[in-house]
Amino acid sequence: MAGESNGAGVFGSSIRRREDPELITGRAKYTDDLQLPGMVYCTILRSDYAHAKINSIDASEAEALEGVIAVYTAKDIEGSGVPGGIPVGWLLPDMKIPEHYMLAKDTTRYVGDGVAIVVAEDQYTAHDALDLIYVDYDPRDGIADPKAATEDGAPLVHEEAPNNIAFDWEIGDKESTDAAFANAAHVASLDIVNNRLIPNAMEPRAALADYNSITGELVLYMTTQNPHIHRLLMSLASLGLPEHKIRVIAPEVGGGFGSKIHHYADEAIAAWASMQIGRPVKWTATRTETYLTDAHGRDHVTQAEMAIDANGKFIGLRVDTYAAMGAYLSTFAPAVPTYLYGTLMSGEYDLPAIHCHVFGVFTHTVPVDAYRGAGRPEATFVVERLVDEAARVTGLDPAEIRRRNFVAPDNFPYQTQVALAYDSGNYEGALDKALEAIGYDDFRSEQAAAREQGRYLGIGLSTYIEACGLAPSAVVGSLGAQAGQWESAVVRVHATGKVTVYSGCSGHGQGHETTYAQIVASALGVPYEDIDVIEGDSGVMPHGWGTYGSRSAATGGSAIASAAEKVVDKARTIAAHLLEAAEEDLEFEDGNFFVKGSPDQAQSLPDVALQAYLAHNLPKGIEPALEATSFYDPENFVFPFGTHIAIVEVCANTGQVDLQRYLAVDDVGNVINPMIVDGQVHGGIAQGVGQSLYETAVYDEGANLLSGTMLDYAVPKAHFLPSFETDRTVTPCPHNPLGVKGVGEAGTIASPAAVVNAVVDALSPFGVNHIDMPVTSEKVWNAMN
Amino acid sequence: MGIPIELEVNGASVSEEVEPRLLLAHLLREELGLTGTKIGCDTSQCGSCTILLDGQAVKSCTVLAVQADGSEITTIEGLADGEYHPVQQAFWDNHGLQCGFCTPGMIISCVDLLSTNPQPSEDEIRHGLEGNLCRCTGYHNIVRAVQDAAETMNG
Repeated sequence: MAGESNGAGVFGSSIRRREDPELITGRAKYTDDLQLPGMVYCTILRSDYAHAKINSIDASEAEALEGVIAVYTAKDIEGSGVPGGIPVGWLLPDMKIPEHYMLAKDTTRYVGDGVAIVVAEDQYTAHDALDLIYVDYDPRDGIADPKAATEDGAPLVHEEAPNNIAFDWEIGDKESTDAAFANAAHVASLDIVNNRLIPNAMEPRAALADYNSITGELVLYMTTQNPHIHRLLMSLASLGLPEHKIRVIAPEVGGGFGSKIHHYADEAIAAWASMQIGRPVKWTATRTETYLTDAHGRDHVTQAEMAIDANGKFIGLRVDTYAAMGAYLSTFAPAVPTYLYGTLMSGEYDLPAIHCHVFGVFTHTVPVDAYRGAGRPEATFVVERLVDEAARVTGLDPAEIRRRNFVAPDNFPYQTQVALAYDSGNYEGALDKALEAIGYDDFRSEQAAAREQGRYLGIGLSTYIEACGLAPSAVVGSLGAQAGQWESAVVRVHATGKVTVYSGCSGHGQGHETTYAQIVASALGVPYEDIDVIEGDSGVMPHGWGTYGSRSAATGGSAIASAAEKVVDKARTIAAHLLEAAEEDLEFEDGNFFVKGSPDQAQSLPDVALQAYLAHNLPKGIEPALEATSFYDPENFVFPFGTHIAIVEVCANTGQVDLQRYLAVDDVGNVINPMIVDGQVHGGIAQGVGQSLYETAVYDEGANLLSGTMLDYAVPKAHFLPSFETDRTVTPCPHNPLGVKGVGEAGTIASPAAVVNAVVDALSPFGVNHIDMPVTSEKVWNAMN
Repeated sequence: MGIPIELEVNGASVSEEVEPRLLLAHLLREELGLTGTKIGCDTSQCGSCTILLDGQAVKSCTVLAVQADGSEITTIEGLADGEYHPVQQAFWDNHGLQCGFCTPGMIISCVDLLSTNPQPSEDEIRHGLEGNLCRCTGYHNIVRAVQDAAETMNG
C-alpha cells in the first residue's frame, strides 16, 4: 500500500499501521511458527505441590519411550557446569535473595516450579513423556496470602527469610505524617486487597534455541520484550556463554504486558538443552503453563489512611502494604511495590506528609513481577479510593475535594514527599474536560431520580498520574536497578536516500515500526515509505533495554529523534560545502538544504547522502557515509496524567454491575499517531476493567492455583465491555525532544479506581464505602444486604 | 499407523496420513505450514485457532484432523482473493489489531458472524465474538472494524 503520507507533516497523523498487512493475512511469524532443520521439542515437568521436598525422581520409563532423546533434572544442569541461575535485577537494602535455580534442586516452592525436562523428537511425545516421570514428593504446608505469610509459624518459603519477609522498605517521613494525623479534622481509612492478576498475553511464551557447538554461538528466538536484557542475563547468570556469542531474536511477539520482560527458567532451559544435544530445541508454553509460570501481577494487602483538615485539604497519607513476591524474586519484582508504588503516593495532590511502608513477602505462589502499570495501578487505586473515602467523610463532592487538593498548574516543577519531581501538569484542565464530556452535573440529577425508582447508578472519578518513560539511568541505579534505562537508536541514510532505523526497544503490538517511521519522516523530511524500522534482534542493533514502562516513545523515540538530529547536522555540513555556503546560512525544510532565500538551489537529503557515500568531495574532517547512533538517557521520568470516569448501574436484585459508560481524558503530551494512542488507551482500560470486575488469581489455603485455566480466570470478552470514549489534553513533556510522554499503561493505571469508585458511589445509600476487586455480583449483593 | 485423510485446504487438495489424535490445528500448522492459525490456549477458550470448516467457524484445536476428512477448510491464508477480504481490510483501516496474535481467528469469526448476520448491532457483534479473546484492543476497534466491514459487504 503506497502513499500513506509524505514528509514532514507525518508526525501527528493517524497513519494506518505498516505492521498490519502481514498480521491480517497470517504471514507474520511468531516464535512457535518457526521451524529449523533437525528441530526437537522440549517440555517441562512442573511441581503439582505448592511446597514439597523432592525425595527422588524416576525417569526411566520416560527415557525408554520411543522418540524421547533425553530427560534431565537439576543434577544434570549442575553437572554441565553452567551457572544455572535465574537472577533478580533490582536490589533493595538488606533484601533476602534466595537461590533461584533453573530447575528445583530438592524443594519445590510453587505449583508450576520446574522439576524435570524432556527432549523428544515431536511435541506429542515430549508431552507424553511427562506423564512417565515419577517424582516422589514429600508435601509440606504452603501459604499464598502475603499478610498471613508474615505471621509467626507460617510455613517458610525459604529458611533464610524469617517470617517470609524478603524486604522491609519505606519512603517518606513517618514523623511528619504521624503529626499530620494528630492534627487531622477528618481521617479516611480503608483496608484494601489489590487482587492478583495473570497477564494472559494471547501468545504463550516460547523459545527456539539453536546452539552451534562448532562456533559456540547460540541463536535464541524467543517471546521477549527486551532481547538485550535476556541476552545479558542468559550470559551472566544462566548459561555462562559469552555475551557476544548469544543472539536473542524477538520474532513477531503476541503481546506481553510485562510478562515477557522477565528472565524465566524456561527459555534458558530450551537453550541449555540445545547446548546438550547440539540440535535446535523448541519450547512452547501451554496456556496452563503460562498460568503457572508467567509472572503474576499485583497481590497487595494494604491499610491506608488519609488525614484531612477542616477545609478538606489533605495533610497526610499513611500506607502499609504487604506485597507478594511469590516463591522467588523475579527479574524486576522488588522495584514494583517500592519505587514504582511508594513514589506515586502523592497522586495529583499537594500532599505535605506521606509515609509508605512495604513488606515484600515470599509466598508459595508463582513469582510476581511487573504487569501492565506495575506498582502504579496499585498506588493509584490506594490514593484514588482514599480520595473518594475522604470525600465521603468530609461530605464534599468527589470532584470538589480533588480540585481543593490538586497540585496547581503554576506549581511545577512540583517536588513530592516521595522522591519524584513532577515536571508539568494541568490536572484541573483534564478534570474539567472529562466532567463536561460525561455531563457530571446532569448525571447527579439522573442518579437521584433513578434512586427514587430503586435503581442504583454510580459515577467514579480517577484523577491519576503516572511516572513512566523509564528512566534516568543514574536515578534508577541509585535505587537498586542492576540495569541502565537509556535507549539506543541508529538512523542510517543509505546512498539512495532511503533510511533504515534501528531501535533498542522491542515492540510487541504497539506499532513501533509505524510510529518510529513517522518520527524520522518528520525529522529528515523524507517520505514515510522510504524509512524502514528494525528492532528486536540483539545481533543487529546496539544494546538497548527494550519495551516496558511506557518507554518506547519517550525514551526510544527520543533516541531516534536525537540520532536523526545528528544526521541532519552532518548532512548540513556536507550540504553547506556542496553549496559553497556557510552552515549557519542554510535552511532545512522538507528534506532540502538551501541558502536562505534561494530554495531553488537546494541539496536534498538524498543528494547529500549520495555525496556522503561517494566521499569524493567532502568537507575537511568529515567522515564518509551518513548515519548516526544515539544513546539517549532521559533526564527525568515523564508524567502522563488525566481523568477517567466510569458510570455503572448496579442491579439491586442480583448485585450485577453494568459498566454503562467509560470516558478517558488523558494527557500523554504530544501525540505521534492518535489512532495508535487511542488503541493503547482502549486496551489499557480493558485490562483495568478486567481487574476491577472480572479477573483474579485464586489460590486455596494450601497455595494451589484454582484459577489455572482460561475456563477459571475471566479474561474479559467483547460483551463484558462497553465502547470507550477517549479525549486528550496536551501538556508536552518539557525535557525530551519530542515532547511525548507515554501511553501504554495509562488505561490500566487509571481504570480500576474509576470503576470501583463508581460502584461504591452507586451503593452509597447502603452505607458501603469499599468493595475489594474484582467487584463480583456476589460481593456486591452481600454488601447491599 | 497413520489414518489416511483427504481434504481441501484453501482450495488445494491435501492427502495426509495422520495419527488419530492429531489436532486439526497441529495438522495445519506443523504438517501444512499454515502457521497463520494460532494456538493460544488448551481449553478452547481463546479462539486464536478459529478456521472455516465447510464454511463454518470452528476452533481447530478442538477438532481432530481425522474428523476433518472430506471437508473444505479455509484458514486466514486462504481468505484474501487477490485483494484483502473486506473484514481484513476493515481490521487494518480501523486499527482492529495490535499484537496480531488473536487476529487470524478473530477475522475468521467475524467473517462467519457477517455471513449469518450481515447487519449486526454492536451488541450482536460483541456477543457474536464470545468465542474469541483479544487482550490488546479492548475490542473497541474490533467492533468498529466489523461495523465497517458490514457496511462494505452490504454496499
